[in-house]
Amino acid sequence: METILSGDYPRSRLLTALLGLLLAVLAAAPFLFDGAQAINTAAKICVFVVLVASYDLLLGYTGIVSFAHTMFYGLGGYGVGLALYSWGPSWGAVAGGLALALAAGVLLALGIGLFSLRVRAIFFAMITLAVASAFAVLAAQLSDVTGGEDGRSFRVPELLRPGFRLVAEPVLGTTINGRVVTYYIVFASALLLFLAALRVVNSPFGRVLQAIRENEFRAEALGYRTVCYRTAANCLAAGMAVLAGALNALWLRYTGPETTLSFTIMLDILLMVVIGGMGTLYGAAIGASLLILAQSYLQKLMAVAAQATEGLPLLPQLLHPDRWLLWLGVLFVTSVYFFPSGIVGRLRAASR
Amino acid sequence: MAATSPATTSADSLPEARRDLAPLLVAPVLMVAALPLVGSLPTWVTLTVAGLAMGMMIFVIASGLTLVFGLMDVLNFGHGAFIAVGAYLAMTMLVPLAGWVQADSLWLNLAALALAVAAAGIGTGVLGFAFERVIVMPVYGEHLKQILVTMGGLIVAEQAIHAVWGGDQKAMPLPQALRGAVVFGDVAVEKFRLLAVAVGLLVFAGMQLVLNRTKIGLLIRAGVENGEMVEALGYRIRRLFVGVFVAGSALAGLGGTLWALYRETLTAAIGGEVMVLVFIVIIIGGLGSVGGCFLGALVVALAANYVGYLAPKIALVSNILIMAAILMWRPQGLYLVARR
Repeated sequence: METILSGDYPRSRLLTALLGLLLAVLAAAPFLFDGAQAINTAAKICVFVVLVASYDLLLGYTGIVSFAHTMFYGLGGYGVGLALYSWGPSWGAVAGGLALALAAGVLLALGIGLFSLRVRAIFFAMITLAVASAFAVLAAQLSDVTGGEDGRSFRVPELLRPGFRLVAEPVLGTTINGRVVTYYIVFASALLLFLAALRVVNSPFGRVLQAIRENEFRAEALGYRTVCYRTAANCLAAGMAVLAGALNALWLRYTGPETTLSFTIMLDILLMVVIGGMGTLYGAAIGASLLILAQSYLQKLMAVAAQATEGLPLLPQLLHPDRWLLWLGVLFVTSVYFFPSGIVGRLRAASR
Repeated sequence: MAATSPATTSADSLPEARRDLAPLLVAPVLMVAALPLVGSLPTWVTLTVAGLAMGMMIFVIASGLTLVFGLMDVLNFGHGAFIAVGAYLAMTMLVPLAGWVQADSLWLNLAALALAVAAAGIGTGVLGFAFERVIVMPVYGEHLKQILVTMGGLIVAEQAIHAVWGGDQKAMPLPQALRGAVVFGDVAVEKFRLLAVAVGLLVFAGMQLVLNRTKIGLLIRAGVENGEMVEALGYRIRRLFVGVFVAGSALAGLGGTLWALYRETLTAAIGGEVMVLVFIVIIIGGLGSVGGCFLGALVVALAANYVGYLAPKIALVSNILIMAAILMWRPQGLYLVARR
């Protein structure tokens, strides 16, 4: 256990229980739930745990605000998606697309990092915002390659298709088809990546990142080249986001600007990190699961509330399901003010 | 650009600070370089005027943001909210004034526009005051939280616009007398662009006058360079800052109105769209520098128009390349003001 978690325990009974429950439910999801929506939600949680954990590496551990994380996420999705689309459904295409996307993502992160972390830390947020929006426009404009706004649907390798049967007979009442195999690939990769991230933040390298977050000047005075460390953190986070994007593309069998590049996703990531707790990877897992569950069910609740307040001025518009971003925004601002340590920080403080 | 005349040195005056003229050359060089690429003179003039007009609008929006950063080290990602709210307020104001807007008289048209702009400016000024109190004030000195919280504020404002005005695209009617183009020979220049250039120059001139010829301006400039010193001399920099914040918000409202009229359509996402350009501009100009912001806005807008004509697909990427090139040349932006 010590080596698996890299010595970084949840340090709160309730938190341990929550994480254990999350892991158990995700691990058994295809057997627990029937509906497509439930299993989609579970896969989305797996992908977002990785994505949010990689973002936490930047925001929570190194103290860098980047708005380009969806760009890397999208790069992974487009890399695998376009490779499968144009080279046909083979594992070679998956590997090739992933390798290309990973190389492109890390190089881009290196470029942005060296360029903007060199000039001024505060530029970084603005420059990443500009670069990410340019990338999103580019992806929508180059419709010959990327499929434009519509994106690309593609065929996945034989093993991952719904028609495929790994075992002829159902196991525990569930048919083991290609979707279940895909789910377990996504789940296992997500778990591995999460543990790898845990390893990184608890390594000496991770400690230097935290030192930079706390006091950059002092870290530099101690002899660490902060620019190198920040750039490395940026590349690492980018690489992880690329992998998360690739997993997502494999699961959805589709890639497009709405699902990977839109600013709404960036906002979701920010919210998940802040609500879960900045600077703890467990926070990323908790925040991602909580928010995705809320997304799936809160909107229905809002629809009910909007109907209930029909006839009152303005209130139905504010409660309309399309306006849930408004409430997420309010939640975001208030949680940055009042719960900067997030759910995990609260739980840990309570158990101390 | 009128603000920097060649330095005249006389023997009995104080030794003048060396003027930094190289950044002034960027925009003219860009214009001249684009002429052979574009090929035809009338097209080039149209593009240049369009670029200047766009640059002026971006400058009007960005100037407040850069001063706010320079004064209190506050990076306000929520600035885009003022752009959008300003444009929507102006649109709302123009609806009852439709008679004046449709009228065939330049003065009635301009009066309608002036009222709309006033509504936008006052509305966003008040909003800016509230925004400063509620959103920005609790997080002074914490960049990370500032970026997060102001971004959250932008989202909330954008969604609130959706709730109040509805999410569909709105039409922003251009007044009758400002439609169409003025034709000189075979060069056609849209009238509204001329108005935008005039308004931008007016704002720039007014800002330079206030900053360089009044006591408040002196305090603002001193505050940008060294805020602690100004406080030590007994001035309340907080109040100064709130004033600049409100003025900056009002200017953003004005700029947003112009921008919406320029595009003739309006959606709640307008703030986010323009903010990307605004950020590029203030990074190029050097955070805290009004002059740099002006030059940066011109360069970015001119380049966007030339590239948009020559190779439309890479128009947005061109801005990033320009930013990269300028930061390679001057890592702190064109003019370094706030030493932080």
